[in-house]
Amino acid sequence: MSTLARKKGVGAVIWDYLTTVDHKKIAILYLIAGGIFFLLGGLEAMIIRIQLAVPNNDFISAGFYNEVLTMHGTTMIFLAAMPLVFAMMNAVVPIQIGARDVAFPFLNSLGFWLFFFGGVFLNLSWFLGGAPDAGWTSYASLSLASPTHGIDFYVLGLQISGLGTLIGGINFLVTIINMRAPGMTYMRMPMFTWATFVTSALILFAFPPLTVGLIFMMMDRLFGGNFFDPALGGNTIIWEHLFWIFGHPEVYILVLPAFGIFSEIFATFSRKRLFGYSSMVFATVLIGFLGFMVWAHHMFTVGMGPIANAIFAVATMAIAVPTGIKIFNWLFTMWGGSIRFTTPMMYAVAFIPSFVIGGVTGVMNATAAADYQYHDSYFVVAHFHYVIVGGVVFALLAGAHYWWPKMFGKMLDEKLGKVTFWLFFIGFHLTFFIQHFLGLMGMPRRVFTFLPGQGFETGNMISTIGAFFMAAGTIVLLANVVITTVKGKRVGNDPWEDGRTLEWAVSSPAPEYNFAQTPLVRGLDAYWIEKMEGKKGLTPAEPLGDIHMPNPSILPFVISLGLFVAAFGFLFHQDHAWGTPVGIVGLLITLGAMFFRSIIDDHGFHIHKEEIMEAEKKGAGA
Amino acid sequence: MHVEEKLTAETFPAEPEKATLEGKNKFLGFWFFLGGETVLFASLFATYLALKDSVAGGPSAKELFQMPIVFLATMLLLTSSLTSVYAMHHMRNFDFKKMQLWLGITVLLGAGFLALEIYEFTEYVHEGFKFSTSAFSSAFYTLVGTHGGHVAFGLLWIITLMVRNAKRGLNLYNAPKFYVASLYWHFIDVVWVFIFTVVYLMGMVG
Repeated sequence: MSTLARKKGVGAVIWDYLTTVDHKKIAILYLIAGGIFFLLGGLEAMIIRIQLAVPNNDFISAGFYNEVLTMHGTTMIFLAAMPLVFAMMNAVVPIQIGARDVAFPFLNSLGFWLFFFGGVFLNLSWFLGGAPDAGWTSYASLSLASPTHGIDFYVLGLQISGLGTLIGGINFLVTIINMRAPGMTYMRMPMFTWATFVTSALILFAFPPLTVGLIFMMMDRLFGGNFFDPALGGNTIIWEHLFWIFGHPEVYILVLPAFGIFSEIFATFSRKRLFGYSSMVFATVLIGFLGFMVWAHHMFTVGMGPIANAIFAVATMAIAVPTGIKIFNWLFTMWGGSIRFTTPMMYAVAFIPSFVIGGVTGVMNATAAADYQYHDSYFVVAHFHYVIVGGVVFALLAGAHYWWPKMFGKMLDEKLGKVTFWLFFIGFHLTFFIQHFLGLMGMPRRVFTFLPGQGFETGNMISTIGAFFMAAGTIVLLANVVITTVKGKRVGNDPWEDGRTLEWAVSSPAPEYNFAQTPLVRGLDAYWIEKMEGKKGLTPAEPLGDIHMPNPSILPFVISLGLFVAAFGFLFHQDHAWGTPVGIVGLLITLGAMFFRSIIDDHGFHIHKEEIMEAEKKGAGA
Repeated sequence: MHVEEKLTAETFPAEPEKATLEGKNKFLGFWFFLGGETVLFASLFATYLALKDSVAGGPSAKELFQMPIVFLATMLLLTSSLTSVYAMHHMRNFDFKKMQLWLGITVLLGAGFLALEIYEFTEYVHEGFKFSTSAFSSAFYTLVGTHGGHVAFGLLWIITLMVRNAKRGLNLYNAPKFYVASLYWHFIDVVWVFIFTVVYLMGMVG
């Protein structure tokens, strides 16, 4: 029972997306949900910048500023950047390795819904007594003293969405190890697939410490625990360690896929194979490894002592080496290439100097003695926005433009794309470059206002103007999406014409089975090799036959909904009598859905050979 | 090989848990999951070690822990790991009845362990050692309780598998399910060995 090319009503489409286990549709879900949270986090950023535009501003109150600031960071990292990275991975990685789907399609859907319900739960705090207000790092000394339920929303919301991320990580690890097409050896995998692979390993080992930290915080705030309460022997530094053992690898979880996206774009639009492919792989793995050794560089001023500080400082500086290798490889990829300045390529080229600035300030921060000066100042704010925006957000925007035709079958408008790029690029540097100097001049981070006559006025005004440029760029992007969706023309398999990897060999968007015949991979840049030999398609590795597909299921949605209800109940269990029963009902919904998943056999279904041949014929004409 | 194939003792593959792609994926994915679980318990252990002497005027490890009951619980759980190995041995030999029998024994031993742990916890609470007594008590109950929660989940899981498949016997669809459940059971056992050493032995001697 294939659903190929069948007209459906709105209800059927919604049901389709609620139950889908197709990685391409899940990618779209991640893109939409992550995109909405990105707009929300952006709105919060604009409120911050308006408040800080002039000294002694009273646009918002100090307490509300803390909530907006906390939610900006939390939303952008957990609910915007992470899911958007997952959107790219889901859209591209299975096709890049020549697979028909991920290893665990059901878990893929579960991962999305857990993230989604966690994010919604976190944002419900705005309407139910106040958002979290202890910063995205939520240090225990602040968060235990926070009077509203905001922190509880943070703890339970992140717990649920973190579970979804962990599941996604395991799924991609197994997918990349077990599902590669014949001939797709590890050293022939596209760079984005490699980045996904290493990132997934980081997720697997970085998220459990966060889970544990959040459990402790939940126990302390809701169930009478004493992990962080010094009066009963607890220790607030434990939170800092657990948070940063997660939090630092998290930076690489975000930026390695960004490196992967840019590696694809540099090669494609320089019309050359990636320079130093094997050293790129090596550098990616090394960054992933070192990423676990440096967490305490966020805690230099805690008082760990000179030996600990020195070790973490040196380990941190060491990461600059593999990152430098990557920078030079990208430069050499462009060197002598026949470069096309498409929108994705503009982001890629702009990324290099922007990210290098963030890297240089990173090494400055890593110098433990000097960090005592930079710590908790706007210098740090400037640094991490240079790596996160200049690295990750640029990559996500580039990747969205680059793979948009593969996901939706239509090209985003290039002119509007370039307008977005210039607005965003100029706005980004206007906003954050000046913040280095504000920090060095002594402006502390996370303050809701500043006094006149201390030399902060000009810098803050420039920064706010820059933020409006970025907002304008985002609005142009949204307009571009709408115009493309309404007016855009359908494109063929390889709309950029220089596609090198397998995703450009299938129709746009790819059919639900991805490949009618599993391809035979004959080297790095598998599709490019075929094109260079004058072939139109890929070399098949199997005869045409029936294709086995997984069944759709509503259970992932129900499992996630159960945890959402449970979190809601337990959050209010001290205030209302209904709290605990509702919490237990939620857990029963989750366990019940898991039980049904276990006892109902799910063998999937087959798409028959004749249907595939028909679909392929249509696909070729469209 | 296909999951729906009817098999006999002669045609049943040597490693039925990895005979299908689904089985291979499940096998590898579950090992990765256990990797994540290892980090989770490592974090719990690290916190416990940091807080084990912060008794805040409440009972300390030395005053609380009793060797006989902990030793008995340890023996029950270690034995249950062995019996689950027997069950997997019979699964590979396509002997469904014997597999169910040994899984049943595993479940009984696990339930015995869980009962002892619940009894132990209630005793502690009677002695004034509650979850909210001190940082040590919070860390103790969270670490040992998380392990106990894993045991309870494992029991429910194995029982569900046994009941669900009681009438239809073994095939390549459920063999990987039995196998990863037994992997999970071994993992729980390994964690307990560390709890026995780090929490109980070090608590009584150190």
